[in-house]
Amino acid sequence: MNGVHDMGGMHGFGPVEPEPNEPVFHAPWEGRVLALRRALGAWRKWNIDAGRHSIETLPPADYLRMSYYEKWLASAIKLAIGAGLITLRELETGRRDPALPVATPPLTADKVMPALLKGSPTQREMAASPRFAPGQAVRARQLHPAGHTRLPRYVRGKLGIIERDHGAHVFPDSNAKFQGENPQYLYTVRFTARALWGEAANPADAVYLDLWEEYLDGA
Amino acid sequence: MANDHAHDHERDNHLSETVLRVKALESLLVEKGLVDPAALDAMVDAYENKIGPRNGARVVARAWTDPAFKARLLADATAAIAELGYSGAQGEHMVVVENTASVHNLVVCTLCSCYPWPVLGLPPVWYKSSAYRSRAVIDPRGVLREFGLDVPDTVAVRVWDSTAEIRYLVLPERPAATEGMSVEQLEVLVTRDTMIGTARVTPP
Repeated sequence: MNGVHDMGGMHGFGPVEPEPNEPVFHAPWEGRVLALRRALGAWRKWNIDAGRHSIETLPPADYLRMSYYEKWLASAIKLAIGAGLITLRELETGRRDPALPVATPPLTADKVMPALLKGSPTQREMAASPRFAPGQAVRARQLHPAGHTRLPRYVRGKLGIIERDHGAHVFPDSNAKFQGENPQYLYTVRFTARALWGEAANPADAVYLDLWEEYLDGA
Repeated sequence: MANDHAHDHERDNHLSETVLRVKALESLLVEKGLVDPAALDAMVDAYENKIGPRNGARVVARAWTDPAFKARLLADATAAIAELGYSGAQGEHMVVVENTASVHNLVVCTLCSCYPWPVLGLPPVWYKSSAYRSRAVIDPRGVLREFGLDVPDTVAVRVWDSTAEIRYLVLPERPAATEGMSVEQLEVLVTRDTMIGTARVTPP
């Protein structure tokens, strides 16, 4: 979707402001939100791409105003209600609906570190050969899907060179809609800064993006 | 400033409302048996105390002192980093990019806030900010100047926009006059920002 989250190349957000000696969490609730959202994820009712899309589809003004963990909280609630883990009424009253069963959490304390160390790899075996090879010229396609995509606006229609083949990976555009993993080859593509931003850019500079085969045409 | 004062109160009220909402959500989820509060504690503890930029600093210092490890790291970062015990969530597929006298690398995620958690922990606020996400790709040299880093025109700036599940770690240049230092002493020099690409490693 052409949302406010797709920020690459935008102006007007001001300078970057690093905070010296920044703590991991600025308040305990931030850590709880991180943990809650990941613990709910252990129910496997949604995937990482649907999770990202739930943040992208927050109202644009909210997206820009909210902090990172405020967005995570809003997204966790949206996902949990959407998946039927909790009801809107339970959220509003703060009480469990006694008519609904009590579950057993899939993620217990002893499973946290093993789960974090394992992660969720997205590479998949693929019988077909890759369509592109390193060194080959490609053009990012002019796609404007209304749903989730990982093809940023600032590279659409631009010429690049395949830098590296990462094998086949889960395709976010379909996975976010629960329409299957549809794995396809993923490539690092090099775009010169001049191809993206014009003659004012330094001729030596480049931007690298990881793009799925379906995002690319041969050039 | 009266207005700032009023604004602070508004912000405080908003925050305490958020604190209450998080508490209410957690107790509801615990009551329904959807989450285990001890698992939440363990998750917070993992990112506050176990998984952070010291992990990445160990990877970098090892690469500086062990050429065979460095070769493995640049060829297959996921496997080489796993040799040190770091792997998993938000670092399932790692790539390490090396800074040299002629190349400076910078990592960003313009679409959200992707970041290599197993080696750097959770991202700082500035990395997730609209300012960084919007400008790192169009004006990397300007962003680097705000971090106090003036990259000469003759040095190529390579920006890595983490648009898929590949996560990037910058291997910073080892500073001069550190030949006699031990791996442990070198680790201390390697800060989080040097591994994102917004700082150079400075000698002691």
